[in-house]
Amino acid sequence: MSTRQLRAKSVLPGFGLSLGFTVFYLSLIVLVPLAALVFRSSELGIAGFLETIRHPRVLASFKVTFLSAFIAALANVMFGVTVAWFLVRGRFPLKRAVDALVDLPFALPTAVSGIALTTLFAPNSTLGLALAKVGIKVAFTSAGITVAMIFIGLPFVIRSVQPALADLSKELEEGALSLGASKFQTLWRVVLPLLTPSILSGFTLAFSRALGEYGSVVFIAGNMPMKTEIASLLIVTKLEQFDYAGATAIAVALLLLSLLSIWTVNLLQARATRYLGN
Amino acid sequence: MQNNRVNHEMGAGANFALCLGALSIMGLLIVLPLLVVLKEAFAGGVKLWLASVSDPDALSAIKLTLGVAAVAVPLNTVFGVASAWALSKFRFKGRSLLLSLVDLPFAVSPVIAGLIYILLFGRQGWIGTWLTEHHIRIVFAVPGILLATLFVTFPFVARELIPLMTEQGSDEEQAALSLGANGWQTFVKMTLPNIKWGLLYGVILCNARAMGEFGAVSVVSGHIRGETNTLPLHVEVLYNEYSFTASFACASILAGLAIITLILKTIVELKSGREAA
Repeated sequence: MSTRQLRAKSVLPGFGLSLGFTVFYLSLIVLVPLAALVFRSSELGIAGFLETIRHPRVLASFKVTFLSAFIAALANVMFGVTVAWFLVRGRFPLKRAVDALVDLPFALPTAVSGIALTTLFAPNSTLGLALAKVGIKVAFTSAGITVAMIFIGLPFVIRSVQPALADLSKELEEGALSLGASKFQTLWRVVLPLLTPSILSGFTLAFSRALGEYGSVVFIAGNMPMKTEIASLLIVTKLEQFDYAGATAIAVALLLLSLLSIWTVNLLQARATRYLGN
Repeated sequence: MQNNRVNHEMGAGANFALCLGALSIMGLLIVLPLLVVLKEAFAGGVKLWLASVSDPDALSAIKLTLGVAAVAVPLNTVFGVASAWALSKFRFKGRSLLLSLVDLPFAVSPVIAGLIYILLFGRQGWIGTWLTEHHIRIVFAVPGILLATLFVTFPFVARELIPLMTEQGSDEEQAALSLGANGWQTFVKMTLPNIKWGLLYGVILCNARAMGEFGAVSVVSGHIRGETNTLPLHVEVLYNEYSFTASFACASILAGLAIITLILKTIVELKSGREAA
């Protein structure tokens, strides 16, 4: 009776069974544990929650996490659009192999990326020594955090922009060019606005992944409290000190802030899409 | 005379600049770290590499990683198919809410994914006392590792299948049913062949994440050598002990798995006839 009320007409069987299993499994693995997080933080009360969050070390960790994630996502937009452009429009014999390699940051366990990037940029490595000569220190600084976040976020932008660029109709560009626009004007005023929704969605995905990233960042970060300690690491540290309340408060704040940033950009994206008239 | 045809093809110079830019980004950010893993792994020669990966602790870590993936991937695959069936073939109240809830684990930091199970099953947790009295260990033991892995790999299969099955609609299934096939026959003979590549794609990605997960597993594992260390955790332990060669040797196995994943993924993409997804 109840499933019949819920569903619109369909002759296919298995609605009750598949929906029932979906809801049960979702609750068991995701919803109940996440509810535990919400209830544990409500035990703290607003005052207790704010007291934990306002601690200078916690605030510093949020600042370094959000700032590095933001810079990394911006860099990813630049790098990602370039690589996507290459994959769609470039002429290069081994393009298929390069395309496959784009997903390496997804496929490579984060701990492996972490130790690899740390070794690559370590002060005594070839690259580290070369960078030190021009006064840049990457490993064990906030620059290192950003580099790791760029690595982990690059595929998101590429994979968002690539299909949008492939779908872009050449007629629009040809039209602009034949009407006398320069190549740069065509790029800036025709192509880029059409790509904006996909760039924004890639940016958001990269940014939100970077906010929560742990494995690839902790090795290269140096993890100095107040300086290069990311929010995820602070949660782990609190847990190791059996400060469950503190860990919960930071986790809830991080979760809320990242959901808020995702919603904001989704809103912007909806606007950009509406502006384009689809 | 002026040439009226507009040439939108890139000139050789522009193409060269684009290739140079893109390949430098890919080389520096993606290929170089991969090469570092291989270089460091074999820095002490093949013999040392073999000794590192056949160390008893490394072997038990490999076994645990394979075991967890062997349970987590099938469970999430069954969930992925069931949820895709319900969410793509039927329209019902609350469908869009359910759709976004399925994706929710991707928005949660891995460390928080581990934390929530500690809050539930840890000693200070909700049912922690009851579990201790009954000598049941969930966190800092294998069940906790499994739960954390299930959480972080939760959406992979579902999010591949839901758009695919929604696009395919249910005409073929309805035809099969009207010709007298039962529900199971319809699923196996009609639906499954239509979704096999998407399903395989999701399973490959799910498996890669299950074997490689670090943050979530690290929080719930307790890092007991030979017992609750997965391969990524073993890499971390060795690295923090300054056993770099051994650490990179184990990391090179995981890097090999990642390369195999990328190759399989590319094959599936080519077979399913879709251009880079």
